Amino acid sequence: MTTVAYIAIYAGLIIFCAGCLWRIRQYARTPQHLRWELYPVPHEGPYRAAYGGSYFEAQEWWRGPQIANRRHEWRVMAEEILLLKSLREFNRRLWLPSFFFHFGLYLAIAAAALATLAGVTAGMVVGKANAGIAGLMGALIAVVGLAAAVLVISGACWLMVRRIADPAVRNSTRPADLFNLMLFTATCSLLAGGSLIRGPGSASLVDFVRGAFHFDRGVRIGAVFGAGVILASALAAYIPFTHMAHFIAKYFAWHSVRWDDRRNERGSRIEAKIAANLGFKPTWSAEHVGADGKRTWAEVASTNPAQETRK
Amino acid sequence: MSGTVKLRDMSRNDREPLIHLENEDLMPLPAPLDVAEKDRAWAVLSEQSKHRYECRLDDTCAVNLPQPKSAQDEKKLVAKFLSGLDKLFEKENNWTFLQPLLLTMEHCTGCQTCAESCHIFEASGRNELYRPTFRSEILRRLYFKHVKRGGLLSAWQHGGTELNWPMVARLIELAYRCNLCRRCAQACPIGCDNGLVAHELRKLFSQEMGIAPKEIHENGAMLQLKAGSSTGMTAEIVKDNVAFVDEDISERTGIEVHTPWDVKGADVMLIHNAGEIMAWPENPGAFGLILTLAGVSWTMSSELAAYDAINYGLWYDDAQFARVALKHVEAAKKLGVKRIVVGECGHASKALCVIADRLLAGDLNIPRESYLPLLRDIVLNGKIKFDPERNDFPVTLHDPCNMVRLMGIVEPQREIVRALCPQFREMEPHGVKNYCCGGGSGFAIMSGNNFPDWRFHVSGRRKLEQVLNAFGDCLGPETPKYLCAPCSNCKGQFRDMISYYNLWEKNRLLYGGLVELVVNAMADVKRGFIEWEWR
Repeated sequence: MTTVAYIAIYAGLIIFCAGCLWRIRQYARTPQHLRWELYPVPHEGPYRAAYGGSYFEAQEWWRGPQIANRRHEWRVMAEEILLLKSLREFNRRLWLPSFFFHFGLYLAIAAAALATLAGVTAGMVVGKANAGIAGLMGALIAVVGLAAAVLVISGACWLMVRRIADPAVRNSTRPADLFNLMLFTATCSLLAGGSLIRGPGSASLVDFVRGAFHFDRGVRIGAVFGAGVILASALAAYIPFTHMAHFIAKYFAWHSVRWDDRRNERGSRIEAKIAANLGFKPTWSAEHVGADGKRTWAEVASTNPAQETRK
Repeated sequence: MSGTVKLRDMSRNDREPLIHLENEDLMPLPAPLDVAEKDRAWAVLSEQSKHRYECRLDDTCAVNLPQPKSAQDEKKLVAKFLSGLDKLFEKENNWTFLQPLLLTMEHCTGCQTCAESCHIFEASGRNELYRPTFRSEILRRLYFKHVKRGGLLSAWQHGGTELNWPMVARLIELAYRCNLCRRCAQACPIGCDNGLVAHELRKLFSQEMGIAPKEIHENGAMLQLKAGSSTGMTAEIVKDNVAFVDEDISERTGIEVHTPWDVKGADVMLIHNAGEIMAWPENPGAFGLILTLAGVSWTMSSELAAYDAINYGLWYDDAQFARVALKHVEAAKKLGVKRIVVGECGHASKALCVIADRLLAGDLNIPRESYLPLLRDIVLNGKIKFDPERNDFPVTLHDPCNMVRLMGIVEPQREIVRALCPQFREMEPHGVKNYCCGGGSGFAIMSGNNFPDWRFHVSGRRKLEQVLNAFGDCLGPETPKYLCAPCSNCKGQFRDMISYYNLWEKNRLLYGGLVELVVNAMADVKRGFIEWEWR
């Protein structure tokens, strides 16, 4: 069981990372699109950011420097990521279950990180201090992990109920959406249950993590906990290939679309990208577009179908 | 209301509309339109339209797409739709919006937060067909099935759908049931953009299949590229008309105004929505007066398309959009002006100042801005004397989506009305959280069949509610009220909607632009620039 769990963890993490990189690459490699921002844009100056204003409110805006109020941007990002601000503001009914679920995931990540830290650093401090630190870490991991499991399970179940019972959400719910929530529920139940019912001689989470680092097959784990680890690994491998990778999409959707108010200045990288884009050769087949796969976008834009028709 | 519509109904083979709305189904309005029975009855689609065109979506028909003559024709159209669908996701064909489109396709969780923000969905009585995710979900399923070539696993993950001609025909109409105001995108926790989906569908239909509403394409963008303006005015005619406007404005205000044309090296090249010159000549007249009194070095251009700021391509076609934007900046380059200033037209401001910013390079990237900061500075710098008492009537301000939510120009217009209108009151919500007038994305100029009934009853309903609430304390006809809409398309929608509900006759509700309020408050012009007459 332990060997299978180790392999699952490594495979899951490798696929997760590779999948995330593939996603990031997919979006990062798309051409520079047209400007399509939405206000408020939080990196505007504090006065304008408060009501959603922009530098377009100033006459001859191109003469002044572009403000980058990163402090406010980080604040807005923190509120959005940690508290799901948009959902709280625009969809209160869904906010609480979604908040439970997402905050539970953050705690689960925190618990995993703490376990990794404890596993890696175990033995670095000797004597009584080691036992004390290990005990503290163990207690912290147990509390954070349990809170994570409770929040994820309750959030996922609540979301499932909403998806089934609320006609508005039900119409756009796909079988996979329910499956995903069940998968989270099952994974957290097994991991938390496996940790709680751990028998004598079974490794703790920290010991298991340390064992995974050294591929120590002498470490014994319970069947329930092992099943939880395997399921968690499968879940991690699965996430990048679903819409649940929206933690990646959100970065691009907010920073490259909604908040992208960068100016196209002479000699800038944006200008160079525009020049490259205008060299693409479209093949749209409507007559008025005049795209034949040989003309570039720049050439298409320079034609006048109304006057060509007249001729 | 008909039963709840499902996604699979889009493929239904019959010619019956998927839904039917009655006034009782719609979101209630405040007084004086608070009784559903007193609301206007909808005009019914004519039998001729039903037989000739593809009208199987709802109670109206926006695109007037002729029905295919045979099953073979239907098959060809579906094949063309599929080739266009592929092109939407190719960088060579759609570099313009590929990234936001992919993000929207691949990451919607179906949480429906967007629906709570959509004025069309809400006003329709929350009809499923108008739910912002309804059309997006169809495109998403088609994307995974036909572009990503997904099989059974993909259908399980993303949902399946049957592609046939009835679905494409309904999708064409459904692409024109969204104002592209992007209020839904503002609310989305992920950043998905259902407004963009409607936009991209329109592009697919136009750029691949040559299908677009006549008012926007043939009589809009194409006429602008042919004659110089979607109004049909050539350079000679527009100059004649503006000369007449100058004469009229000089007479009405007592101040000589002469619009300069094609002045090389001017500081400002002003571009109006040419519809103003035809429908609301007092607007370009007020602009001329203000710029003259402020001592601004300005000009208009008589180059093809450069005396009409409109850029309808923004709503449906990237090629048309790029062509018109190019004409605008080429005219400015030819004159050697320092900057282009766009007048009271929301979509034109957004198109030229913002979106074209990622299209223009080198010496074509001429500085461009909205007129609002310039006007604010003129009003507040003290050079012109104002008497706000002349504007002592209730005024509320409409926020055009393109200028406010999509450009972040929120305060300049407010600084002006706060300074000049003692009885100014805000609508709720306002600023970047405003609601669309209901005429956005071309609807204000689309009047075929009974489409106006739909845009007044459904797309304009939320805004009408806001306006009536803003004037809730003075609805009676004894108090003239001014709805300030600093955008030509919004003004067109308000004109038609106020007229439809007879709110001028019954409630003395007038609409108009912002520059008219400015001139009306000028201490040195004859009193009564704003004429309290219906127009």
